[in-house]
Amino acid sequence: MSLHNCMARWKDIKKGITVLLIMIPTLLVCLPIILLVTGSVMSNGELRQHLSPVFSDALDYISWQVVPDYPTFENYSKLLFMTPQFFILFWNSIKMVGCILAGQLLVGVPAAWAFAVYRVKGSRALFALYVVLMLLPFQVMMLSSYLVLNRLGMLDTQQAIILPAVFSTFPVFLTYGGFRCIPMQLFEAARIDGAGELRIFCKIGLPLGKSGLLSAMVLGFLEYWNMMEQPMAFLEDKSLWPLSLYLPEITWAQAGYAFTTSIITLIPAVFVFIWGQDYLEQGIIFSGLKE
Amino acid sequence: MKAKRRIAKVHKDTRAFFLFLLPSLFGVLIFVLLPFLDVFVRSFQTVVTKQFVGFKNYGTIFSNQAFQLAVKNTVRFTFVCIPLLVVIGLLIALPVSKMKSAGTIKSLYLFPLAMPTATIVIVWKMVFYKQGFLNLILTQLGEWTGLWGEVHFDYLGSSASFWVLVFSYIWKNAGYTIVLWLAGILGIPNELLEAARVDGASERQCTMKIILPNLKGSLYTIVILSFLNSFKIYREAYLVAGAYPEQDMYLLQHLFNNWFVNLDFDKMAAAAVCVGGFLFVVIMLLQRVWDNKT
Repeated sequence: MSLHNCMARWKDIKKGITVLLIMIPTLLVCLPIILLVTGSVMSNGELRQHLSPVFSDALDYISWQVVPDYPTFENYSKLLFMTPQFFILFWNSIKMVGCILAGQLLVGVPAAWAFAVYRVKGSRALFALYVVLMLLPFQVMMLSSYLVLNRLGMLDTQQAIILPAVFSTFPVFLTYGGFRCIPMQLFEAARIDGAGELRIFCKIGLPLGKSGLLSAMVLGFLEYWNMMEQPMAFLEDKSLWPLSLYLPEITWAQAGYAFTTSIITLIPAVFVFIWGQDYLEQGIIFSGLKE
Repeated sequence: MKAKRRIAKVHKDTRAFFLFLLPSLFGVLIFVLLPFLDVFVRSFQTVVTKQFVGFKNYGTIFSNQAFQLAVKNTVRFTFVCIPLLVVIGLLIALPVSKMKSAGTIKSLYLFPLAMPTATIVIVWKMVFYKQGFLNLILTQLGEWTGLWGEVHFDYLGSSASFWVLVFSYIWKNAGYTIVLWLAGILGIPNELLEAARVDGASERQCTMKIILPNLKGSLYTIVILSFLNSFKIYREAYLVAGAYPEQDMYLLQHLFNNWFVNLDFDKMAAAAVCVGGFLFVVIMLLQRVWDNKT
């Protein structure tokens, strides 16, 4: 074999190894989903058989079957038609996420616009403060949120979850990234043509800064659909809980239920993910922009 | 005349700035800044009588064993996870940036971001359980190679649980990091790489001498955002092991939550001020370092 051939061969092998290295993590991403989907259409008897090691102290292992022997939608129909509690929580989740995102649009987007367009003394320092606030974890702010919610008499109501989230500074930062991508000359031109500031915001800012805004919404949806810390701390009444807290309440004895609920919790997130993927990516990139 | 006009413009800008910002600023003031000030004040007081006690609360938390353990674990988690995530992300992003199907691969990696935690925890429990899938695979591997027998290691109930968390964190956040790295790599002007190639630089040289040095800016943001996301690992930790997990997994987040449940507001206030202040300083320092570099 000539040297050239050998080199080509080596290159192929190297390429193969790279592909393999990239495929292994891909597998890690897909397997959990396959597991959940098959689990959700398995009959309870079959599930019990596979999961019996969890209940007994015997030494045999858990087992699985990618194609169930008797696929059934029994758990789905039980969940969807016979569990009113599930609907209440699903609706709670939708309501809270919807209110939070709408509020963020109303409050955060103008704020982002203010930071992006107007160079005012002190605006940079204020923005730096916003960035720090966005980076503080919930646990650090937990006590202060509790104190203010208590004073406003909002504890154990859904406002306790919605209002603090509306004033989160993360969407401001993301939307800011989108607005910064618009060339400033456009605004100058509009001003010379006699457009007012509000008009410029609505007619130029919003349409052209759409990607930053939508990316904040997509990232926000995924975050709040999955929210756990806040409702766990501030909602005692379980009928106010979001869906994300319902799932952990299900025990192993009802594994079929758990799988089905998982899938249904997953579905809206998947839709948003597929629809908003480009914005999601954009949002991640905006979140990495320097102020 | 000109100066007058400029002053008028500055004035107009300031008014517009505050009008657009006002709702947000008002909310942040009411829900974040003022309450935090309240917490700051409380950190020097007793819970019930609100007597001024100086730094006593701070003394209490620093001599508190649970606090020490939680800080140790949180620091350990951060120092293990962030470098690991940053490097893994880069190792994947570099080859992916040269591929044609980069889009598909990216979205596959991003998908875990969309998976609700409660959902994924069910899977982790089945995998890392004493008689779970991981041990099943290891046992079969042992049988196949003849090197070891049945494995019945309890990952969730031992110090290995820490590594389960690390794995879960990387699994979830790899996509985020890869997208940020890719944005950095694709932002490097192509002419730079072309010129180097024309001059006879190998691929490795291109990577080492051009791509990596140009990614310093991305590194800063990736570290900051990975750090931000690292606090959310509490969800996984809580769902896998509850409020009082195995001690290698006991993080600051657990401690705050338990103090909250027990109404230990004095300790909580002091700890919030400490952690918040610490984070503030770290973020500012990082930003300073980064500003000087670029």
